[in-house]
Amino acid sequence: MLPILHDFQATFGCIPAPAVPFIAEALNLTRAEVHGVVTFYHDFREKPAGRHVLKICRAEACQSMNGEAVARQVLDRFGLDWGGTTPDGRLTIEAIYCLGLCSCGPSAMLDGQPIGRVGASTIDDISREVGR
Amino acid sequence: MTKIFVPCDAAARAVGADRVALAIQQEAARRGVTLDLVRNGSRGLFWLEPMIEVETPAGRIAYGPVTPSDVSALFDGGLLDGGVHALRIGRPEDVPFLKRQTRLTFARCGIVDPLSLNDYRAHGGYRGLARARELGPVGTVQEMTASGLRGRGGAGFPTGIKWKTVADTSADRKYIVCNGDEGDSGTYADRMLLEGDPFVLIEGMTIAGYAVGATKGYIYVRSEYPDAIRTMERAIVLAEAAGLLGAEAGFDLEVRVGAGAYVCGEETSLLESLEGKRGQVRAKPPLPAHKGLFGKPTVINNLVTLATVPAVMADGAKAYADLGMGRSRGTMPIQIAGNSKHGGLFEAAFGLTLGEIVDDIGGGTASGRPVRAVQVGGPLGAYFSRALFDTPFDYESFAARDGLIGHGGVVVFDDTVDMARQARFALEFCAIESCGKCTPCRIGSVRGTETMDKVIAGDRREANLALVEDLCQTLKFGSLCALGGFTPYPVMSAIRHFPEDFGRPRLAAAAE
Ligand SMILES: Cc1cc2nc3c(=O)[nH]c(=O)nc-3n(C[C@H](O)[C@H](O)[C@H](O)COP(=O)(O)O)c2cc1C
Ligand code: SF4
Ligand code: FES
Repeated sequence: MLPILHDFQATFGCIPAPAVPFIAEALNLTRAEVHGVVTFYHDFREKPAGRHVLKICRAEACQSMNGEAVARQVLDRFGLDWGGTTPDGRLTIEAIYCLGLCSCGPSAMLDGQPIGRVGASTIDDISREVGR
Repeated sequence: MTKIFVPCDAAARAVGADRVALAIQQEAARRGVTLDLVRNGSRGLFWLEPMIEVETPAGRIAYGPVTPSDVSALFDGGLLDGGVHALRIGRPEDVPFLKRQTRLTFARCGIVDPLSLNDYRAHGGYRGLARARELGPVGTVQEMTASGLRGRGGAGFPTGIKWKTVADTSADRKYIVCNGDEGDSGTYADRMLLEGDPFVLIEGMTIAGYAVGATKGYIYVRSEYPDAIRTMERAIVLAEAAGLLGAEAGFDLEVRVGAGAYVCGEETSLLESLEGKRGQVRAKPPLPAHKGLFGKPTVINNLVTLATVPAVMADGAKAYADLGMGRSRGTMPIQIAGNSKHGGLFEAAFGLTLGEIVDDIGGGTASGRPVRAVQVGGPLGAYFSRALFDTPFDYESFAARDGLIGHGGVVVFDDTVDMARQARFALEFCAIESCGKCTPCRIGSVRGTETMDKVIAGDRREANLALVEDLCQTLKFGSLCALGGFTPYPVMSAIRHFPEDFGRPRLAAAAE
């Protein structure tokens, strides 16, 4: 079922509620089973995210590089808290636990593109990229 | 035509490798020179990334860390002939960080074009499978057992014994599952191989299939690794086209993508996830080797374990087993991460001390401040203080000090670290990632986080610390898997080795 859910999310930006009975029927499962799977995994959203999604690593190797303070700067810059989306729907910022870039921390990922050594100048780059 | 290498590794891209590659192409075009730009994997010297290399008669010459604005001056200095420039490193093999390594699993990573089968073959690829076919399935399993290779996913179970169990179980279908979930903070060895040498995994899994009689394999990769997924999928298509996978080869492979759940790295949870279910941990027995994916006998191994198989088979069990110490044979790709001056992938025989890894090889911290704490083995691994830097890097020595080597991640912290916050994070992480099956792990971790908040706030510190210590006992004995069961390692090691961060008296140096 995971490949199907990934496809849905790639197309709609989330797993829309009406999709659940549809998937359940196609896979011969109950709605509860499908709902259980969707909610178990952190990746699947029930609502679409902003046009850009910035995932910031909050795991230990990035913590050791002052990642929490840097993350705070990024959140403040866009006036967001973890999981929040800007009112204009441009950007969602989410927490993630390790991107495998742990020797180039603090790390982040913008729309699937890896960003390492996040600091003042990379934050400016991110701003430019999302147009804010 | 001059060959220039610019890594496509996600960590190199994260620090600008794509922009450097583009700048090189533009500069070459401007100067009217044609060159062959290869996107290789990373050599794993991350403080030097983006590290580019030029092929010259004297061997490959490296430069780094390169930014797009350096490119023009590099060309002026004679980049294409390995000419001088402030960023010139020389031959990568002569850099002490690489020179001191024994690269078996990572022999090709950073050297070859990851998607060139010709490169793969030219650098020893498919010698392991050829030798496995000479030895036959039984001989292959024996060879794996004799090599002493133990699972690199954390538990350290002997690979040959796991394979024998599956080989001896008869069934109409068997599976090989590669655990590429790599959720541990501070680790990226799986990712580097997927991006830098994907064919080694294909060969390793093909050998595993041949040895145990399985015809189908799945590679479960975490969704946080989009580059790795893309490269691996392309490699599979190329291998199929070359008849190295598919009907002719008698072995099929498929990539499956996780969905952001740390616990899915636990093998039974991963199997549930592959079956399309919630990634809840299954009780053992039955072992996956008897009843695994879809109830069939299944070899589930870590990605590094499987990627090590071709090297073991190609050069023989003895060559591999001759390396290492005690019951930890062969090499381990150590990932030096976090606040390290020379962070990167260091593959070496077991037995280096933690101090050698952190101070000599890693060169201390990136911040230039003193090293204070090191977490080894991911979020479930213990924190070590400098007093424990004589611990040799092997499974048993770390266990003897209430720690674990896990997947080989070594995360360095400087003296600004607050160990009470690190202990709190370990509990919070357990709460976030719990699969929900066991009460101590699901609920206890939430209570533990709150209690640790009180400790940090200075609210009845001793009483609350005692509560945390009690909770750790409950977690240790009342958890079905190591997510709950090992969370006490980081928590208790932080309290024990860094008492002053918890409002307790500092350890006397001699007693430390
Ligand atoms: C919470 C948890 C997370 C785990 N994560 C991983 C992982 O990301 N990769 C991995 O190979 N093993 C992981 N393991 C260990 C696996 O359960 C299993 O031991 C391993 O895949 C077996 O392969 P090996 O024998 O080659 O090491 C994890 C275990 C637990 C309890
Ligand atoms: S210890 Fe935690 S993660 Fe492991 S099975 Fe129990 S509830 Fe699930
Ligand atoms: S800990 Fe942040 S990328 Fe690994």
